[in-house]
Amino acid sequence: MHQDYSITHLKQLESEAIYILRETAAQFEKPVLLFSGGKDSIVMAHLAKKAFYPARLPFPLMHVDTGHNFPETIAYRDHFIEELGAELVIASVQEAIDAGKVKEETGPHASRNGLQTVALLDGLEAGNYDAALGGGRRDEEKARAKERFFSHRDAFGQWDPKNQRPELWNIFNGRKHHGEHFRVFPLSNWTEMDIWQYIKLEAIDLPNLYFSHVRPCFERNGVVMAVSDFIELMPEEALSVKDMRVRFRTIGDATCTGAALSDAADLDAIIDEVAVARQTERGTRADDKRSETAMEDRKKEGYF
Amino acid sequence: MSETNTAAGYLDMDLLRFTTAGSVDDGKSTLIGRLLYDSKAIFEDQLEAVEKSSKSRGDEHINLALLTDGLRSEREQGITIDVAYRYFATPKRKFIIADTPGHTQYTRNMVTGASTANLAILLVDARKGIIEQTCRHAFIANLLRIQHVVVCINKMDLVEWDESTYNAIVDDFKRFSSRLDNIVDITFIPASALLGDNIVEESRNMPWYKGSTLLYHLETVYIGGDENHIDARLPIQWVIRPHSDKWHDFRGFAGRIAGGVFKPGDKVKVLPSGFESTVKAIHTMEGKLQEAFAPMSIALTLEDEIDVSRGDMLVKLNNPPEPKQSIEAMICWFSADKQLVGRGKYILRHTEKEVKALIQEVRYKVNINTLHKIEDDLVFTHNDIGRITIHTSAPLMADSYRRNRITGSFVLIDEQTNETVAAGMII
Repeated sequence: MHQDYSITHLKQLESEAIYILRETAAQFEKPVLLFSGGKDSIVMAHLAKKAFYPARLPFPLMHVDTGHNFPETIAYRDHFIEELGAELVIASVQEAIDAGKVKEETGPHASRNGLQTVALLDGLEAGNYDAALGGGRRDEEKARAKERFFSHRDAFGQWDPKNQRPELWNIFNGRKHHGEHFRVFPLSNWTEMDIWQYIKLEAIDLPNLYFSHVRPCFERNGVVMAVSDFIELMPEEALSVKDMRVRFRTIGDATCTGAALSDAADLDAIIDEVAVARQTERGTRADDKRSETAMEDRKKEGYF
Repeated sequence: MSETNTAAGYLDMDLLRFTTAGSVDDGKSTLIGRLLYDSKAIFEDQLEAVEKSSKSRGDEHINLALLTDGLRSEREQGITIDVAYRYFATPKRKFIIADTPGHTQYTRNMVTGASTANLAILLVDARKGIIEQTCRHAFIANLLRIQHVVVCINKMDLVEWDESTYNAIVDDFKRFSSRLDNIVDITFIPASALLGDNIVEESRNMPWYKGSTLLYHLETVYIGGDENHIDARLPIQWVIRPHSDKWHDFRGFAGRIAGGVFKPGDKVKVLPSGFESTVKAIHTMEGKLQEAFAPMSIALTLEDEIDVSRGDMLVKLNNPPEPKQSIEAMICWFSADKQLVGRGKYILRHTEKEVKALIQEVRYKVNINTLHKIEDDLVFTHNDIGRITIHTSAPLMADSYRRNRITGSFVLIDEQTNETVAAGMII
């Protein structure tokens, strides 16, 4: 009898991610899952639930909170964590500013995006976390394309991209010296399309920011931005504010996350839209446009 | 728009991982660029950014390597330092390309990229024929047990689409590859990546070629037989204990199946303890499964309360692996700073288990350009490949790499630096 023992690409990616999540729990003393409320970290938390079912997650979730959130993100986060029955730790950028550890940027282009690194590293140190699970994908950005599943960070939280450990088969070496930690990326091999297809397959609930809705927006450097309390508008931008039908392809800090004009109101429409998209999802991220190697530079310092 | 990417098309797609190796001038970037661009895996903003950088660097053509050579030092030096992973999909399959540079000094990258691949594309310049680099790539593909190889004879436009040139290269490669016994399937495709002939579209310039295009081959090559579905192996990663009222006595043994098929009712044995039991159920969050096989991640429960922990392996009674403390292996040495020392001690990581390892004997090294054995210089440095004997502090539940890539492979770790210094394949 011939039987076809094969599984679909989504099931293979799922199995790989679950393997990485279990390996993280087993190899480290105190892992933490970085949860931003964006779709990738939602998928990662969903996979973590599967990896340890029927037990609860053997690690807490950490939200690095810039204080500049879309209110929808926070409402979703709290509901999600409650459903999951997991513990939430907050690493606050506002607190880092109040404590005088970092200086806030000022002016219309001010962003707290870069300040997240300090809050994140402080949060990891305060909790003695030795592994931080992140939702980064290699297809997202060219510096991330070189990232390992198990990515070593030195005692200063820094990444040395030229000197990374080789990863073969499914053997992951998480050994480290005291004070060092790892960033772990279970979704390394997923693309944006895989994420959306998986969300559809698994019927995962998402924040409504991802779906088309009407809100006041303005344009900056060719990117549509949502009006919020956290962004100072230039005079001509203030004049251009109008209601637009938009959705977000990524959800980050409100000051640097651009919106996309879209009518896609459900998952099928989004998948169709992603299939014909001619811009990467990070094409709407102002933080990546600061220089050609903006992501690598931030990552070396300890960014996500 | 390809229908793959519509909401309905994705449920029966499977996954193919392949490697490419080569240098800039053999047309590798052009080939990959064409696959990515034609399957719409490159976006406009990425292309614009690459165009801009290519221009400012004075490149004549768009340099697609800049798409993934994202690190500052790679861009400055114009070289790929690391394995670059690229992704694309068609209606039939999702593809993961592990793209590695082709020179000898990047052997370790080729080995890394090959370790998870089902298929290797070897690029041959039709004007040059089979050269040292081709043999090197074929040797590594064979060593890492990539069962499917595509020899893509590129730049056919520069030899006037000549059939006899193509045939001579095919014969040459066959003579050489008869020694590579892990490769079960070799496909030859004459192509021009620059002009697009036989990459995605059939060539009109080579009516004498009756085979499929590269993309069609990648989409349809049968890889279902690559996994070992005979020897049941479940290395235990984690024991799930919910400590809740509903799941009071639940103990789920979790891991990713490395081979074979498990079903409820199967008689199993725990290694190394040797305790026997029966599979009670296979659990996932969606419910219980009637069977599970590689490479699924599952948790299973047993009928008896026996001691099982991380690093153990569940196997079926009929064909357990032989526990071994003396290991014969081919290794590739990775470390740039340290050499392999005879009698040296390392940490050996095999499946979910770590043991201490002593290098007992260095037998020979291989000159990967000529495939000759080297027996008069037995010091392994950076990128060297060869055969050694290892003694371990505890038995390994190992299969030969030929039988199983997961239970037949290991890495060596330096105890002081914690770096991964070598990859090994058990003979």
